[in-house]
Amino acid sequence: MTVADPHRATHRAIEAVWRIESARVIAGLARLVRDVGLAEELAQDALVIALEQWPEAGVPDNPGAWLMATAKHRAIDLLRRQTRYAHKLEEVGRDLDVRQWAEPDLDAAIDDQIGDDLLRLVFTACHPVLPTESRVALTLRLLGGLTTEEIARAFLIAEPTVAQRIVRAKRTLAAKKVEFELPAPHELADRLSSVLGAIYLIFNEGYAATGGDDWTRPELCQEALRLGRILAGLAPGEPEVHGLVGLMEIQASRLRARTGPSGDPVLLMDQDRRLWDRLLIRRGMEAIDRAEALGGMFGPYALQAAIAACHARAPSREDTDWERIAALYQVLAHVSPSPVVELNMAVAVGMATGPAEGLEIVDRLVSERTLAAYPQLPAVRGDLLARLGRLEEARLEFERAATLTRNGRERALFLDRAADHAKGTPAG
Amino acid sequence: MRYLVILKAEQPATPPPPELMEAIMKLGGEAAAAGALLDTAGLAPSGAGALVALAGGRLSVTDGPFAEAKELISYALYEVRSKEEAVEWTSRFMKLHRDLWEGWEGESTVLKVLGPEDFGPPAT
Repeated sequence: MTVADPHRATHRAIEAVWRIESARVIAGLARLVRDVGLAEELAQDALVIALEQWPEAGVPDNPGAWLMATAKHRAIDLLRRQTRYAHKLEEVGRDLDVRQWAEPDLDAAIDDQIGDDLLRLVFTACHPVLPTESRVALTLRLLGGLTTEEIARAFLIAEPTVAQRIVRAKRTLAAKKVEFELPAPHELADRLSSVLGAIYLIFNEGYAATGGDDWTRPELCQEALRLGRILAGLAPGEPEVHGLVGLMEIQASRLRARTGPSGDPVLLMDQDRRLWDRLLIRRGMEAIDRAEALGGMFGPYALQAAIAACHARAPSREDTDWERIAALYQVLAHVSPSPVVELNMAVAVGMATGPAEGLEIVDRLVSERTLAAYPQLPAVRGDLLARLGRLEEARLEFERAATLTRNGRERALFLDRAADHAKGTPAG
Repeated sequence: MRYLVILKAEQPATPPPPELMEAIMKLGGEAAAAGALLDTAGLAPSGAGALVALAGGRLSVTDGPFAEAKELISYALYEVRSKEEAVEWTSRFMKLHRDLWEGWEGESTVLKVLGPEDFGPPAT
């Protein structure tokens, strides 16, 4: 590579336009053709045409409108063919529902409703008929504009696996006759929680990678954050959307401090707080305020955001309001009970009251089957034991945590702590 | 990744046309709704500011205005997935000036802000 390839530069510019515009194009088309899979194929066709034409003709002034118009023409062609086909079928005596296709002013119709269409697309991609991993893949594909290859790389899985998940998901949506519609009021809460769950899962995979050699993958966090911010604009009246955005903004504010110079993990209490991103903390606090103003302070995400905010507000680890954190976990354990929440509460109680009280809660969780393979359980137990001076037991717990984690960086961290206690040095 | 975009231009003799300001607000709304725009604001002429310089171990403070032909007009902070995305939003912003303010000239500098992705372990 000696000379910059102008076509390559145009391709990268087209990719950028695609990432900005694709979700809107797909959403607008999906309302037209009533099929998310087909809408995506039509949008992809438009992208291919752009990749052929723009390097020669130049990128149009309004590339988003160009992509939409091109895809829409293909949609209308297709619909006309289908309508003709349907008429033919009718002639032979079949009864078919022929939709009103070629409406005169589709442009205006699409522009007016693009917000609702995007929201429909979010709800469809995260529809409960789909397994969680398909919701995640489809959301990244349809709303994030990521390629199959990019999704595979982000989740450290094989590209054909992702491709298959997406194909199967589209097929399921068609087979189950999932309408491209907003959820009915009575199902809104469940459907929204499915959407928020998928976005938070993407965030978490970036924040604490479950596998691989990197401790964090910031680009996944940023993608989830972007999706959350878009959703907050589309559904501004839903407090839990703001709660989730607040939670992600504040957690993301620590990304830089979370990884040491050689890529090793730095846990919250050991982080250099000067590296925390003040802008993201401010945005997170604003999102929490919005959730609370909407009466949503006891939503599971708003509560977790409030806990994260306690850390963000504390100037140092010594100044952390552990009583408030423990109290918030107690409320969270009530509204959204889970062993993981209990475990986090044990950490907070261990700090607010003392390690013995924390250990009491953890010991109740040891028999919990859902946590049998969860590396944080022995890690937390080991930490509390070390603070109680029971170093040999602590060492065994950290070794156990090391065998359970699938993340290489985290394993090294646990083994270090196990080694610390073997030497008999008490934990700080 | 984050990009800081700084707009530089000569101080105009007349205020910008209201249609341009309206279009800029609309574009800003779109970029924020797309999760891309984190922050943006206009900057007052340098007469309202100052220069703090360190040279030869001596600190000096000089009040504006400064004699530069071009002044900083505004900034925008984007969080996007590639430089090209930041360039695309910036191009849209500049095209609004082209279409709505006859004869106006200026330049936007797109600068990458160092972020978590720049401090991680060596790329794998």
